[in-house]
Amino acid sequence: MKIGLDIGSTTVKCAVLDDNNKLIYSTYQRHYSQITSKIAEILKEIKKNVYGCENAPIAMSGSAGMGVAENCGIEFVQEVYATRISANTFLPNTDVIIELGGEDAKILFLSNGVEVRMNGSCAGGTGAFIDQMATLLNVPIEEMDELSKTHEKIYTIASRCGVFAKTDIQPLLNQGARKNDIAASIFKAVVNQTVAGLAQGREITGNVVYLGGPLTFMSELRKSFDESLKTKGICPENSLYYVAMGAALCAEKSVDFDSIINGVASYRGNGNFAFNPPLFKDEQEYNEFIQRHNKATVEKSDFSKYNGKVYMGIDAGSTTVKAVVLGENNELLESEYMSNSGNPVPIIKNFLERLYEEHPNINIAGVAVTGYGEEIIKNAFYADYGIVETVAHFTAAKSFMPDVEFVIDIGGQDIKCFKIHNGTIDNIFLNEACSSGCGSFLQTFANALGYSIAEFSEIGLFAKQPVNLGSRCTVFMNSSVKQAQKDGATIEDISAGLSISVVKNALYKVIRASSPDELGKKIVVQGGTFLNNAVLRAFEKEMGTQVVRPSISGLMGAYGAALYAKSKNPEKSTIITAEALKNFTHKINAVNCGLCNNHCRLTVNIFDNGRKYIAGNRCERPITNQKPDESLNMYEYKLKLLQEYTSNNNDKETYTRGIIGLPMGLNIYELLPFWYRFFTDLGFKVVTSPLSNRKLYLEGQHTIPSDTVCFPAKLIHGHIEELLKLNVDAIFYPCMSYNFDEGLSDNHYNCPVVAYYPEVINTNVKAINQVKFIKDYLGIHRRKDFPKKFCEVLNKYFDNITLKEVKEASEKAYEEYENYFRKVREYGNKIIEQAEKEGKKIMVLAGRPYHIDPEINHGIDKLISSFKVAIVTEDVISAKVNEKVRTSVLNQWTYHARLYAAAKYISGHKNMNLIQLVSFGCGVDAITTDEVRTLLEKENKIYTQIKIDEITNLGAVKIRLRSLLAAIEQQEG
Amino acid sequence: MAELVYDKTGRLIFTKEMKKEYLILLPQMAPIHFNLIRNVFTNYGYKTELLETDGPEIAQVGLKYVHNDTCYPALLVIGQFIHALQSGKYDVNKTALMITQTGGGCRASNYIHLLRKALVKAGFSQVPVISLNLSGLEKNSGFSFTLPMIRKTVAGLVYGDMLMLLKNQTKAYEIKKGESEKLVKIWVNKLTDILNKGDGYTVKQIEKNLEDIAKDFSNIKLNRVPKVKAGIVGEIYVKYAKLGNNNLEAFLEEQNCEVCVPGIMSFALFKIDNRLEDIKLYGGSKIKYKVAEILFDYVLKMENILIEKASAYGFNTPSGYYKLKSLVKDVIGYGNKMGEGWLLTAEMLELTETGYENIVCAQPFGCLPNHICAKGMMRKIKEVDNRANIVAIDYDPGAVKVNQENRIKLMLAVAKENLAKKTEPSQIKQKELVHKD
Repeated sequence: MKIGLDIGSTTVKCAVLDDNNKLIYSTYQRHYSQITSKIAEILKEIKKNVYGCENAPIAMSGSAGMGVAENCGIEFVQEVYATRISANTFLPNTDVIIELGGEDAKILFLSNGVEVRMNGSCAGGTGAFIDQMATLLNVPIEEMDELSKTHEKIYTIASRCGVFAKTDIQPLLNQGARKNDIAASIFKAVVNQTVAGLAQGREITGNVVYLGGPLTFMSELRKSFDESLKTKGICPENSLYYVAMGAALCAEKSVDFDSIINGVASYRGNGNFAFNPPLFKDEQEYNEFIQRHNKATVEKSDFSKYNGKVYMGIDAGSTTVKAVVLGENNELLESEYMSNSGNPVPIIKNFLERLYEEHPNINIAGVAVTGYGEEIIKNAFYADYGIVETVAHFTAAKSFMPDVEFVIDIGGQDIKCFKIHNGTIDNIFLNEACSSGCGSFLQTFANALGYSIAEFSEIGLFAKQPVNLGSRCTVFMNSSVKQAQKDGATIEDISAGLSISVVKNALYKVIRASSPDELGKKIVVQGGTFLNNAVLRAFEKEMGTQVVRPSISGLMGAYGAALYAKSKNPEKSTIITAEALKNFTHKINAVNCGLCNNHCRLTVNIFDNGRKYIAGNRCERPITNQKPDESLNMYEYKLKLLQEYTSNNNDKETYTRGIIGLPMGLNIYELLPFWYRFFTDLGFKVVTSPLSNRKLYLEGQHTIPSDTVCFPAKLIHGHIEELLKLNVDAIFYPCMSYNFDEGLSDNHYNCPVVAYYPEVINTNVKAINQVKFIKDYLGIHRRKDFPKKFCEVLNKYFDNITLKEVKEASEKAYEEYENYFRKVREYGNKIIEQAEKEGKKIMVLAGRPYHIDPEINHGIDKLISSFKVAIVTEDVISAKVNEKVRTSVLNQWTYHARLYAAAKYISGHKNMNLIQLVSFGCGVDAITTDEVRTLLEKENKIYTQIKIDEITNLGAVKIRLRSLLAAIEQQEG
Repeated sequence: MAELVYDKTGRLIFTKEMKKEYLILLPQMAPIHFNLIRNVFTNYGYKTELLETDGPEIAQVGLKYVHNDTCYPALLVIGQFIHALQSGKYDVNKTALMITQTGGGCRASNYIHLLRKALVKAGFSQVPVISLNLSGLEKNSGFSFTLPMIRKTVAGLVYGDMLMLLKNQTKAYEIKKGESEKLVKIWVNKLTDILNKGDGYTVKQIEKNLEDIAKDFSNIKLNRVPKVKAGIVGEIYVKYAKLGNNNLEAFLEEQNCEVCVPGIMSFALFKIDNRLEDIKLYGGSKIKYKVAEILFDYVLKMENILIEKASAYGFNTPSGYYKLKSLVKDVIGYGNKMGEGWLLTAEMLELTETGYENIVCAQPFGCLPNHICAKGMMRKIKEVDNRANIVAIDYDPGAVKVNQENRIKLMLAVAKENLAKKTEPSQIKQKELVHKD
């Protein structure tokens, strides 16, 4: 008899095998992070139920079991290894195992060269991720599977990180998308993440076996894998216990059973964890703190005795919906804080019904809506005004502290904060996609430990040693918590530690402040998360200053909206009447827009009388059926211009030397004119891969070796697959350490990824062997040497190409490149002129050449266009600068030098503003963003950054843009 | 007291007066090497101190003053500097910092600028930062990295590589625990005296000292039991610095492995060779080529001595730069020079070929060059040599040690299985032999 224990991140599994390796006892239990006592409990159970187990060899496995095993003298078996041993014994014909656990995802290749893959430091696409998503959908995890069975369509959801996916899912919910479709989409996201992140170029074929909790319990998840892998995998009997059984098989050491039970139970960790000073010295300090904060209140009045005009503010946030009703003297008559279980429409409907019922004579003068659900609520109920969240919060904060300098709001899934400079919103920080979710993380964690968020936060107030959990992504925090628990931290220490982390995240990750002086002395904090005293205290301690938390901290958005409505001095609101409310209906349809390349997934909300509200669109076209004005959009122009450089559709062209394929990605986006002219002049036909889209990306994702590389690089894999379908003789995608020297910088490098990505294609895309793949290192920056060097390269692949020919073609290529840029800049200048004539604002949408790819920018250009502003690119502006911009960093990359030059230039131009597009995972931009910000702020310009990834939702982007526009307007005043 | 002098771009200069009055803080990376090289600076009249500080607060300080998405080595090195300045241990008006600058296309060339930004943020704008580079990137009147100094630094590198190489080969098998480490200490002290005097850098002296080192280490009594042989490669800082890799070398030793960490000499050769390759690939000045070639040949000569002396006493040696380079001929281009470039790929292949096929590839989370030359090449490495058993570990302030160790243990579990397969037949043979006896 042998015993195996599998201590996972959320569960403990135990397997007892008899001498014929038959499973005679098994148990599967959640441990709620009380690992040691759970183990003792399970061992006692076995002792009671399995005769003769005391002398059996025992081994432990699982990510959370390592420290415990060592301390108790139990053998430890690495869990993937254990799975492998199990599979070899119980399922000898298996080729591939896919195992999903609480925080782990694994693929094991068993045949033709054993290989084991585990997810890296990212927990996207695992059980924890599905758990988080179920919480977000507000359904029990079991129901996800049921829901998914009747799905009709799949939405694109990023699964790299739970926080990311939330940003995708929340707006879908707010727009009224069906939970069935979302559930299925979540499963598909998990599949994509597993395949993209773990297969790393190796094909998943043969007998596939699914193991682990999520895959055991969710048939729809298995089906989703089957579909994507084009196979039929099996989920064997005892699929939950493979790790535990593997551990059992490896067990060799017999240990005294009772001493293990005692040993495990008394295991307390070594008490070595980094910690912070306690939040409060003593009870007295706490009482003073409470008293001080109790002062920031608003006047309340009895609604039933009030009969004047009222103003309503609604904040349809991501996880909660807030509403307030104010009287003519700003007195608070009514407030409501409701959990948003996905669709804010019925919640507001109920609220209005109750209001009308309790106050039949109510005289609503004005209603303003803000938050994620602003548009749908405004449309559904005929609200008067919609305002951007930042403006709502600023309005509210001012009423508590007229000279407020800094407002920070930590809500359910986002952090919003802004500085106030000369009475205008000056500097907006929204959390980037990867660090959001701080408030809801506290909640998820509290729930996981069996507490409500209020209780959980409360117990940390007097913790003696708040754990130091760092200030990074919430998923990393999750592992840190486990580590701390193992090291003996108490639940109180962890609670306090999490509160401190939330604050640190906001300060150092989002705002990147290093001292309170930077943010000002007058600070108003708000948002639901600050209702927790532990978080508030941690914030004050970290900032070293006392702040104001209004008593209605969680309602500030709605309060600000109501104040805003009132400031407009309305007489009578257009809000839906009590009568009309009775006939109110709301139906949701999901369709794909086919009006342009973006193929937006539209959610069509149909209200009574056939009123419609469409969400998910990037432009106005599906609504007005009119094309957006493209003439002032440089992105559109560039894209169109580049499409002239391809002979894809031109069969008549004469070519003598064969067909060359170019992948439309990264630096090819800018060098296409150069290479196109070069090769056509030399007698080749040049074809390009099509514009990126989702399908193209998915086709290439199985060959991506590094899942943390930027999205534009990942797309290249899809483009190569497309080129391989086009029957080309050669694919040309050269390595280039250097780019052109434009005289704007100290050196003229490409970033390492742009420079060398062809190497990754060469070694990871198997099918590349079918064609000549030209990935040689070329130096276009040395115009004189280039022809000779390139001629040598070409002769490796083709016969009889003479230096003379190459020289001529090179000359033409350089000319064409200059020609292309001349066109770009001329058009850019035309846009600027036109905009100035029409009095339109000019946005410099600054990024890299490849950001014009619609799959990369997700139509952000169109969205900006819809605000009636002109868009130019950074290269148009940088051409107006003739010298190196003095930067406090090493200015050494060609593309990035343009950013600095553009930032410098617009500082002197009143009607120009800059928005920087940043690809998620772009390491270089960690340097450029700070520098561009510094350059702009020196001249009192507002810096706005938009991080883009696979993510397709534009809700957050919209907030940023609207805030920016509102701030600019205010500044111009 | 030395006056603060700025150049025309506004950079604070390290002046001659400062050389007399100031203490220069150096970040620690590879302990043996850096302790030796430090003496070269002492010999030239610079007062220096290597920062040996440790602990989680260093990363926290880094996070506070550097953009959080910046690579982990930058966070740590800058965090360590500022942590030291804040500690009260140093007179911040008489302290300078020194940091290397390679000038490559990776983010690393920007560390020095990020450090200066962080110093301003932390209120230490009076602290000068000296760039240690071979490219003439920044000049200081009070500091110059002269040719003789470079030559002595190279000597420090050779000694460091030799000691690290031999120590790792004996430590795993030594009968008397601690003997190898003790010998390293003895030699570091001996060499310190020599380098301090400005000695020990001629070819003859190096030959003699390396010979003596090899001889000393060969006298350590060993018990050669079969052990898992593990190699460490990666981004240079997290590869060597225990602050960066959570003391990876010690962890592997605890797991009963013989560890091999490829030396710094090949990195130096690689960086010089990049200049040659650039000119070969794209064209360029013949004079520059010649100068780089002289330096290259000199360092190569040193490597040859090391190999010769180590193998004379029966130790495993690196394959030599040209062999190393030939390993990646059809795998990755020689123009791939940013970060560790093709060298990283080559080291993994070399380790696999020389029996250290169980490899930890240590990299900062999101390291740009490593997307290509590490993770991007692993598939190909397996294709070329299927013995390779590689695990890539990401390091950053949020990464949890237990997860990292768990992944390394997976690699080691496979390694142990392979080791058992390898040693079983030989054990059978041994048994047979016993019977015959």
